[in-house]
Amino acid sequence: MNWLTNFVRPKLRALVARKETAENLWLKCPKCEQMLFHRDLDAAQQVCSHCDHHLRIPPAGRFPHLFDEGIFERHALPKVQLDPLKFRDQKRYTDRLKEAQAKNGAGSEAMAVASGKMGGHAAVIAVSDFGFMGGSMGMAVGECLLLAANLAVERKAPMIVFPASGGARMQEGILSLMQLARTSIAVSRVKEAGLPYIVVLTDPTTGGVTASFAMLGDIHVAEPGALIGFSGQRVIQDTIRETLPPGFQSAEYQFDHGMVDTIVHRHAMRETLIRITSLLMKRPAQAAAA
Amino acid sequence: MTTYLDFEKPISELEGKIMELRHLGDGDGVNIADEVGRLQQKVDRQIKATYAKLTAWQRVQVARHPERPHAKAYIGGLIEEFTPLAGDRAFAEDAAIVGGLGRFRGRPVAVIGQEKGDDTESRLKHNFGMVKPEGYRKAQRLMRMADRFGLPVITFVDTAGAYPGVDAEERGQGEAIAGSIELCLQLKVPLISLVIGEGGSGGALAIAAANKLLMMEHAVYSVITPEGCASILWRTADKAQEAAEAMRLTSDDLRKLGVCDGVVPEPAGGAHREPGTAVRAAGDAIEAELRVLGNLDPTALREARRMKFIGIGQLGL
Ligand SMILES: [Zn+2]
Repeated sequence: MNWLTNFVRPKLRALVARKETAENLWLKCPKCEQMLFHRDLDAAQQVCSHCDHHLRIPPAGRFPHLFDEGIFERHALPKVQLDPLKFRDQKRYTDRLKEAQAKNGAGSEAMAVASGKMGGHAAVIAVSDFGFMGGSMGMAVGECLLLAANLAVERKAPMIVFPASGGARMQEGILSLMQLARTSIAVSRVKEAGLPYIVVLTDPTTGGVTASFAMLGDIHVAEPGALIGFSGQRVIQDTIRETLPPGFQSAEYQFDHGMVDTIVHRHAMRETLIRITSLLMKRPAQAAAA
Repeated sequence: MTTYLDFEKPISELEGKIMELRHLGDGDGVNIADEVGRLQQKVDRQIKATYAKLTAWQRVQVARHPERPHAKAYIGGLIEEFTPLAGDRAFAEDAAIVGGLGRFRGRPVAVIGQEKGDDTESRLKHNFGMVKPEGYRKAQRLMRMADRFGLPVITFVDTAGAYPGVDAEERGQGEAIAGSIELCLQLKVPLISLVIGEGGSGGALAIAAANKLLMMEHAVYSVITPEGCASILWRTADKAQEAAEAMRLTSDDLRKLGVCDGVVPEPAGGAHREPGTAVRAAGDAIEAELRVLGNLDPTALREARRMKFIGIGQLGL
């Protein structure tokens, strides 16, 4: 017992620790399987330098590359009722939430809202965090979009949203479904104020978000290779009992089927968004270049 | 031929005995009539007792009962001069959505319903109530027309969910549902929805982002089917009963959460035992809501609908 604790355990721990460090420094591209150095990947906004695969990226990784000089204000998320259904599956929902917040930071949720300037003009951006319970849409995400819409209307700014979500937050039951309606009200407020609402579809955009705010944009931009669809592929396969067509529900497939306006490389995203919003806001040409 | 649910065994046994006695009864009358009367009282008590304490899963079963009145029964019972209208003007007609114009207790309205079908042939025709994008776009067409002519919109919700298929994805199922929800929330006419059976996810909400959402007593409304929820969170569809309890999908729970605005009581033993009574009760509830909403001007109608949804999430169980 003792020799095990004192001798084997530290050795094991050292082994594990070394492995962790290695994993922290290097990451395997999920597409081409090349090893990528973490710092390079961060600098490239999580785009593989070998195959151009766009890896998933949290809100904190996106905001600095979108706003002018990387300067922006992150907004505190409105408080929502915690676990109104007292939901429990194999685990309590409150415990799942605690774990997710411990991993992603206190006060975090499946979406983050920031504002700042893009091309010299005010802009409001909301970004899903797939790392937080699969970016699932519960009451907090609904509040994020209502907050973003209010900020956009107040500042006469375009609202830009980057969804990345597996769908509804099942542990909030019917209240998660109600976010389909609430987020669409947020979008209507922006549109009715005469302001652009731009959606950037990122990997993955599926389920409830696809049946609401993610498909209501004035313009739908998509990142290359992103999975975009409403029904899950397993559900479809179980229903039709056929193999799915190649590239099914990819950004390129959605482009071919008329659901996406343009597929834009992450490195060209800021410039594209500035150009689109400037044109819609009828700004002079030089503003776009700023 | 009544279909009995698994928890209705005592009821089916008693009603079986009554049938047998009636069969025998053609010959000598009096004693058998007494016995039938006695058994009938017993079965009535049994039905009341069973239905007074249905579990969430049992409600799901009642909501899916094959003999339950479907959208066509409600339209047939409540809408005079019903004039069905078809097609999305872009791709196809989708019979999973039954819709058109008609007169509800004297006033012209637009009606939209999800129809599951009552036998194999009609179930196939209506795709088991699973709507495709063209169905939602047809619903949008009808809502837009109602808005233009100032007609109230009445919707009957009954679907396990939007159709999950390659063709539906190809034609933008997500966009079609999103567009319907957005449009529901833009209408400047009264929009009243009644969940008559299953309210399954975005496929249901697409025609139910209403001023007033009513539910038949044993109807259910949820973000995903209990089977779907169980297979994701419990990793097996066998836990559907547990999932049904956890999801709080019954009309009384949804009323407490502020999602459901009114519950229409069903005849003892469920709407399928006395469809006419159930449909009339639904009509009375819709008429009462319509009378109140009729006092609001177009902009107030829209704002009230939006504010209702903005306020949802403050109540808990
Ligand atoms: Zn790669």
